[in-house]
Amino acid sequence: MSSQQVSLEHGEGGELSHKLLREVFVSRFGHAEESKWDAARLAVPEGRIALTTDTFTLQPLFVNGCNIGKLAVAGTVNDLTVSGAVPRYLTAGFVIEEGFPVRDLVTIVDAMAAEAQKSGVRIVAGDTKIVKRGTIGGVIINTAGVGVIPPEFDLHPEAMREGDAVIVSGPIGDHAVAVLAARGELGVMTDLPSDCTSLYPMIRRVRETGAAIRFMRDPTRGGLATALVEIAEDFGAEIEIEQEAVPIRPEVEGVCEILGYDPLYFASEGKAVLIVAEADAPRVLQALRETEEGKEAAVIGRIVGRGEGKVLLKSALGSRRRVLRLQGMQLPRIC
Amino acid sequence: MDTAVRSPLAAALAQTKDPVLARRLLDRVKDLAERFIARHGRPAAIMEVCGSHTHALAETGVKDALRGAVRLISGPGCPVCVTDQAEIDAMIALAEGQGRIIATFGDMLRVPGSRGSLMKAKVEKGADVRVVYSPSDAVRIAAEHPDREVIFLGVGFETTIPILAAAVAEAEALGLRNFSLWMSTNLVEPVMRHLLESGEVRIDGFLLPGHVATVIGRQGFLFLAEEYRKPGVIAGFEVNELLSSLYLLLELLLAGRAEVLNNYPSVVREDGNPAARRLMERYFVPVDQPWREMGIIPQSGMDFREAYARFDAKRKFPVRVGKPKPTACRCGEVIRGLIEPDACPLFGRACTPEHAIGPCMVSSEGACAAHYKYLRA
Repeated sequence: MSSQQVSLEHGEGGELSHKLLREVFVSRFGHAEESKWDAARLAVPEGRIALTTDTFTLQPLFVNGCNIGKLAVAGTVNDLTVSGAVPRYLTAGFVIEEGFPVRDLVTIVDAMAAEAQKSGVRIVAGDTKIVKRGTIGGVIINTAGVGVIPPEFDLHPEAMREGDAVIVSGPIGDHAVAVLAARGELGVMTDLPSDCTSLYPMIRRVRETGAAIRFMRDPTRGGLATALVEIAEDFGAEIEIEQEAVPIRPEVEGVCEILGYDPLYFASEGKAVLIVAEADAPRVLQALRETEEGKEAAVIGRIVGRGEGKVLLKSALGSRRRVLRLQGMQLPRIC
Repeated sequence: MDTAVRSPLAAALAQTKDPVLARRLLDRVKDLAERFIARHGRPAAIMEVCGSHTHALAETGVKDALRGAVRLISGPGCPVCVTDQAEIDAMIALAEGQGRIIATFGDMLRVPGSRGSLMKAKVEKGADVRVVYSPSDAVRIAAEHPDREVIFLGVGFETTIPILAAAVAEAEALGLRNFSLWMSTNLVEPVMRHLLESGEVRIDGFLLPGHVATVIGRQGFLFLAEEYRKPGVIAGFEVNELLSSLYLLLELLLAGRAEVLNNYPSVVREDGNPAARRLMERYFVPVDQPWREMGIIPQSGMDFREAYARFDAKRKFPVRVGKPKPTACRCGEVIRGLIEPDACPLFGRACTPEHAIGPCMVSSEGACAAHYKYLRA
């Protein structure tokens, strides 16, 4: 089977569909039991759940350090994680182009299974649709996720106050640069891998410290700038960021300088922004730095007031400028 | 994983943006600036003639930190901004023609024309407009699509003109008949002379463009000192390169010395890059060029030599456009350094990066975009 290509017949519900599901998905996701029903039937503990969905496109589908399958699992796990939940169950919906190599599909599904295992989440339901060749760039994956919010550990954005620390769990923008490089748009400038990873194992360590975390967000599309502006506006916080404290790898900075991009708007797929009570910042930072993913974590700024939600970036020279949402898209400049 | 490069070069580069050094340099620049004010009763007026400097001065906070101490004036250094409106309109009309692929640098995409923009032509009229990083990418597209005409929008200064020439050389070597350039280029020296001779704006000295200087060298700016008695310092783009260049320039001003210094010697040579100049001169010759709101400046752009007319999009695809629609945009005064962006009544109200009325609000190198993003109160 793995030498074959996906055809429209795989989507007709017959023997081929069954074979594709059984051989590619059910075995890897280990949901033989759930697959006997039309829906996964799951036990839900007391209290609140978190529920999210996201549809993933990635061009190309395989990037250094990341493929669309890994991204689709990590992305949804991360949305649950930064919402304060313990990720439990995922669904995976595939839209696949006719002619897509089964071998590549297997690689993608393997990456999903491996990524799910890191956080102890189970992929319990799925769906496949086959569409005409040349319409969607290979494969699109939707994942939905359910997580459980433990009552003793919830986020408290309403408690955000002056002095709270803004922490980022590592250098920003790696994913965006890895994608640009994979598209061949950077020549041989860099082979930096994407930072795509599930945040749950790292955040679990932070939660175990018992620190008062006000809020978390993962700076994906729109980058760190957008994540901070959203936090500031949604909760009426004035956030001040020290430009020189924001961790950025030299490769990312170099690409941005050459092309005229701003790394603050570059996507990361394995980073978290945490707003933490001032007194708890040191132990949160320590817990992060004890993990592989968080070893370059840094305090990048503070909440400096409440009221009008805005983000200020303080330069090394002490001048402050307002950070705004990205206007349109980032475009490479002339020279 | 730590992927930081540890080398002497990396250490030297880190120096260019070291924050502690930056604060020390700033203090020293301020000292000299105060001495200039004490002597002349006004801050020194220093013009940067490079869009990347405009952006860097704002982004690093240098401009803000020197508010009141030095008058930093943005000059005509943003290629998109200085391009004549009729040229912009013609490029948009060109894109709407059938069977064409328009390849362009990204910041042309949203420049407003009298009607629409390249982005609008792409989205609303289905024009095939593609953003590329280099004109060579456009040559590759032409080779891949022999049945389509591929036109690259050749906008830029001396930094860009040699790579335009290199693209023509590639197309020539490949024997491509479906590749052409729409030339709308600008030269730094003629526009600087134009500004100095117009006397519209008082300029004490110039922060000179590091990138252009890689091509024309320090020697390309000697006319400033020799003919106009104005000092200039060729500067890099990091915070400490900007501050140290301003320091040197203020020193020259206080000493009354009209000299041109190269403060970017790691990149800029005395004679620049003769090979790049030879390449551009092989295909192009200086021509009279229209500039936005400055009219035609003699010999201030480059266009195809007769022998290479087959690569000239203007001859292959004659486009007729009407007179540009006038707007209240004061971009023309901004690029000549006559007004600050926020003196324009449209700034930040009718004209924002989302809904730009003039090109200075579109390009990341434009004075209005830099002011909007970094310097608004």
